Amino acid sequence: MLNALAYDSWVLHALIWLPLLGMVHVLWAAEDRAKELALRWSLLVFVLSVGLWWAYDPALGGAYQLTSSRPWIAVWGVNYALGLDGISLFMVMLTTFTTPLAILGSFDYIKKRQKPFYALMLLLEVGVVGVFAATDLFLFYVFFELTLVPMYFIIGIWGGERRIYAAIKFFLYTAVGSLLMLVGILYIYARGKTLLGVASFAFADLLQIPLTPGEQMWLFGAFALAFAIKVPIFPFHTWLPDAHVEAPTAGSVVLAAVLLKMGTYGFVRFLLPFFPVAAQHPSVVTLMLTLGVVGIIYASWVAAVQPDAKKLVAYSSVAHMGFVIIGIFALNLNGLQGGLLVMISHGISTGALFLLVGMLYERRHTRLIADFGGIARVAPWLTTAFVITALTSIGLPGTSGFVGEFLVLLGTFELHQGMAIFATAGVIFAAYYMLPMIQSVFLNALDKPENQAVHDLSRREIAILAPMIALMIVIGVHPTPLLRRMEPSVQMVLERVHAAAPPSAALIEFSEEEEEGTDASDAWDEILDRITSGAGRAE
Amino acid sequence: MQAAGLGESTAAWEPVLPWLIILLPLLGFAINGALALSAARKSADAVRAGGEFDFFENGRPRTHSLPTWVGPGVMLLAFLLTLVNFAGMLGADLHEPVVLSYWSWISTGELEVAAAIQLDQLSMIMMLIITGVGLLIHVFSVGYMRDDPGYPRYFAYLNLFIFFMLVLVMGASYPIMFIGWEGVGLCSYLLIGFWFSDEAKASAGKKAFIVNRIGDLGFLLAIFLLYLVFQRVDFVGIFGDAESVFEYGGSVITWVTLFLLMAATGKSAQIPLYVWLPDAMAGPTPVSALIHAATMVTAGVYLVARSSVLFALAPLSSAMVAGIGVLTALFAATIALKQNDIKKVLAYSTISQLGYMFLGVGVGAYTAGIFHLMTHAFFKALLFLGAGAVIHSMHHALHHTKKDWDAQDMRNMGGLKAYMPYTWITMWLATVAIAGIWPFAGFFSKDGIIWMTGAMAGAEQAPYAGLYTVYWILALATAMLTAFYMTRLMVMTFHGENRTGSREAEHLHEAPRIMWIPLAVLAVLSVFGGWINVSTDLRESILGGFGLLPMGEWLHGWLEPVTEAAHLIQETNLGEIAHAAPIFGGGEWVWGLISFVAASAVVLATLRLLGSRKVTVAVDDAEPTGLARFLYNKWYVDEFYHRWVVDPILTTSRVLWRVVDTTIIDGTVHLVGNGTRALGWVVSLFQTGQVNTYAFILTVGVLVILSMVAF
Amino acid sequence: MLAESLVVAGMIFVVGTLGVIVRRNVIIMFLCIELQLNAVNLTFVAFSRYVGIEGQVFVFFVIAVAAAEAAVGLAIIISIFRHYETVDVSNFNLLKW
Repeated sequence: MLNALAYDSWVLHALIWLPLLGMVHVLWAAEDRAKELALRWSLLVFVLSVGLWWAYDPALGGAYQLTSSRPWIAVWGVNYALGLDGISLFMVMLTTFTTPLAILGSFDYIKKRQKPFYALMLLLEVGVVGVFAATDLFLFYVFFELTLVPMYFIIGIWGGERRIYAAIKFFLYTAVGSLLMLVGILYIYARGKTLLGVASFAFADLLQIPLTPGEQMWLFGAFALAFAIKVPIFPFHTWLPDAHVEAPTAGSVVLAAVLLKMGTYGFVRFLLPFFPVAAQHPSVVTLMLTLGVVGIIYASWVAAVQPDAKKLVAYSSVAHMGFVIIGIFALNLNGLQGGLLVMISHGISTGALFLLVGMLYERRHTRLIADFGGIARVAPWLTTAFVITALTSIGLPGTSGFVGEFLVLLGTFELHQGMAIFATAGVIFAAYYMLPMIQSVFLNALDKPENQAVHDLSRREIAILAPMIALMIVIGVHPTPLLRRMEPSVQMVLERVHAAAPPSAALIEFSEEEEEGTDASDAWDEILDRITSGAGRAE
Repeated sequence: MQAAGLGESTAAWEPVLPWLIILLPLLGFAINGALALSAARKSADAVRAGGEFDFFENGRPRTHSLPTWVGPGVMLLAFLLTLVNFAGMLGADLHEPVVLSYWSWISTGELEVAAAIQLDQLSMIMMLIITGVGLLIHVFSVGYMRDDPGYPRYFAYLNLFIFFMLVLVMGASYPIMFIGWEGVGLCSYLLIGFWFSDEAKASAGKKAFIVNRIGDLGFLLAIFLLYLVFQRVDFVGIFGDAESVFEYGGSVITWVTLFLLMAATGKSAQIPLYVWLPDAMAGPTPVSALIHAATMVTAGVYLVARSSVLFALAPLSSAMVAGIGVLTALFAATIALKQNDIKKVLAYSTISQLGYMFLGVGVGAYTAGIFHLMTHAFFKALLFLGAGAVIHSMHHALHHTKKDWDAQDMRNMGGLKAYMPYTWITMWLATVAIAGIWPFAGFFSKDGIIWMTGAMAGAEQAPYAGLYTVYWILALATAMLTAFYMTRLMVMTFHGENRTGSREAEHLHEAPRIMWIPLAVLAVLSVFGGWINVSTDLRESILGGFGLLPMGEWLHGWLEPVTEAAHLIQETNLGEIAHAAPIFGGGEWVWGLISFVAASAVVLATLRLLGSRKVTVAVDDAEPTGLARFLYNKWYVDEFYHRWVVDPILTTSRVLWRVVDTTIIDGTVHLVGNGTRALGWVVSLFQTGQVNTYAFILTVGVLVILSMVAF
Repeated sequence: MLAESLVVAGMIFVVGTLGVIVRRNVIIMFLCIELQLNAVNLTFVAFSRYVGIEGQVFVFFVIAVAAAEAAVGLAIIISIFRHYETVDVSNFNLLKW
């Protein structure tokens, strides 16, 4: 049926431009119809995007599918080029899935200036879908920057008390990073013109440029900083808690669910394939792994002492992103697949956590953990939803959170056992920050009279949370279809990385670097022998 | 040896709907969960209106009828189905595990984790215990939880627990086992904090979860290391290749098994991660019986027994398993000596008995370990349920007169045998069983472990022979302590004068029939359950009635297909094990007789000694002093952990937030921002608005440029 | 001959520059700018003797532009004077942020 509609040829364009059309419609219509219209438009986009699951065929290999390209600024070689592979497929779907839920979650929260709010939400969707669907670096950059604008206004206008501070911090922080990236983009473009004589921003063309290792290191640095701020990786994370705390619920949801993923997506899409020599340079890998592991433990510990529930969730985001980073820089299939799965799972579970914290805020007009207590007695459904989501967030097996973290840690362990042990300890600390919050908010005695009036989930709220919780469990029980769809594209990225230098060299260098005692080193040597002999057996 | 492909089995024996055994409790969870959610909603409406949910309607609880049928009902079906499969397996002479694969859970690249279950003799024994004891405890709970508003929620959690526990024992690979492993931890968390409005209870649940997660770290690392070596994670594949891949006593296998041991110490409450279990007694008592005595806490023992091939290849890890086991057994027994809370005594007793099981599987006596696991499930569940009946009765009595005494403190009990004769008799049967009195179940299982420890010490090429001798002596000593503290519990609870108070005593009563019938069933099992695994040596001695009593070594033979690989490795590397005790010589039956006589002596002496001593009720009792105080306060281990682990982490967390995050990192960010502003301010000073200044700067600029061009 | 002309032109230019920098009266400053222009004119004329006729052509351009500039400039000065009733530039700092 999809074929009959020529679905492949128009769907990506529709996903980008329909929200824009919706935005115009929202601005055109009356104020009180804004939310309903925005919801309808975003639902339409979501329904259209569902077909992508079947339209993308992993059997055709990991290359871009559903591609289309039209000249945009012909003199510079800029194309309006879109496409989808196994990596961006789920990012696009995550975006189209989250946006309507975030909009639905704002129905009671946003009371003033509804029209511009919902218009900006739709504009945000334009930007994010564009980022994930673009196959032209210039186009990517335009969309990448475009997302800043609506988010800036969403935080700055509908945010909390310190919204101006948070909005400016968010904007400047990310803008600084992306300007560095712009320099990098122009440099690559110029090199392409000189070395290949092709003036093009298309990914495929740029990948052909033979950059020297030195150039790769510099460019890696410029790109990595931009994406590291976006992710955010410790120590560039301090904009995130402020932005989350001040942003309205919908802003936090979209920020956590998809905007952060633009950073990690950038790592997978650009840093690994474009600069493979730099990406597997031992000191780069060590640095990124260390930052990832430090981020996991650091953010978990800081989260544990937050008095504000929303800030706690924000820091937990930083910890999860640490898992994604170590998964990516494990530079093997398990790690990278796991990293992508953590991205998806985090998008759902943390998005849901922000929605739940927002629901608590709407009821009590406070987010301080100490102001709650015993909520489970008056809002059992809300509590159940929160506990399931929190358990997903801390990676309980059987939920989506576990599969991703398991693969990430497994991949990291293959590369670097010491790092993996510390990262695995992060699994403990997830419980260390999440469970005390659950206890203080939902359990314990219902001893504050204000909490007695808290009401349970409304139908609208159930409609928001139910699909999210269902997805958490479905992905946790049966993640294989997702993994199968991602695998060819991830393999392509890895092949490109490993083609640039023998991968075993990096591996050996690493496992030797970290050893101290002879006993331990014997153990790891033995493992390495097993791996090599195992590989021999397989042949 | 390859794992069976998707959906096919390797044996002639076809299991009957094995997936249904797992799914039935899940179905029960779904139904009870839905009921619980709707009940909770009603109760929430009442609370919001300022009142309490009117739980009773015409004197009958209104939320009960469906959960009562569904909760125990699914357990009955699951138990029957397990029995059918057990019968099938009995007749099948199965040598290889039957692996049934349903779908591919995680599949990427080389990694393939199938959602598969494995049926073999070991998992069958565990399934029988879980569904059988589980069924009895579900039935008991119908009576025990009758007056609780959370009745449907309780059964939902209990069903969910059984589901995860079955996943744990039936899983065909380490990751699947890990689902159950963490899942039972979750249920334990939910059930310990069942009465969540009480902060102490909610905290106990949280503590259990977090401490268990520390152990889970070891589980994950073990999986990773095994994957690194084998490129697969299923039991059949790993155990089949283990011998050829690992060198005996090599460092990798030692690491793998140490990681597994770490996991086991968490779940099975062994040193150093045992601290959660005593607190876990905050949950309803049937939960303590099911989760914290009979099933979940034995998961660590199951893990070691399941991985017997790996542990057999790692003598150092095995010695550590045994060492941790025997130390925990002794340590927990000393604490149990001085506790006054009836459930606390049983909790430490459980830790101690788990220590015995660890000792068993640590010395390579995997059958003996599983055997003790089984008998312990019978008599400890019985003890807990009996204690539950006592607490139930005490609670009612105290509630009637609104006396705010502790219903669990044994100092407030005494003389209950007159009021609760059935409970009294059945608990005595369990007590003599755990104390190791012949011919009760605990005698045979505990004796088997102690004997195997001694035999290991005398093995031809035993590593650490001296160490095993020490283990053997400690194990014998702990058996005496067990006899003492259990008799003390019985004396303080049931014998002597009643101390509850004359008005309260009128309301003390025997438990309803639905509660003592499970007790009776468990009592029978506690008496005769030990007869299924009696070694030839004992059987032909006086302890076996010279071969006349219907005893056999059935369990040993039953588990042989699972454990024989491990036993072969041991025999190859350690040589023949001894047939006499490491010191003084003497065969198995001699030492069995000695320990029987000694334990009986301790029980009788304690009865005489404590039976006549007067006990002061809790409110009037003085604080213990000296060693007693040290034991009463549990060696101050919790305080030690708080001081040296929990508090430092919390302090560091605060420092990281306040200093590193807010001051250093954010400070730097602000510095960059403010620096830019400051620079702008400085430069703006040049803009005076005076034309002359501009002209001057212009001139200077031109001169500078000119001079640069010129020179 | 060239050297002398350039020295004179340079001196006039320096006088004009210093005048612009130092003096506060806007009329004087204006005249000083004229001095600078004429110093440049002198240089052009001096060079044109050796380089070619273009120098003299430029001078005409400069004179024409200077005339236009004088007209506009004086008009601005008059309107400023009407507003402030002074021609002292230290009072004219509206352009300061």
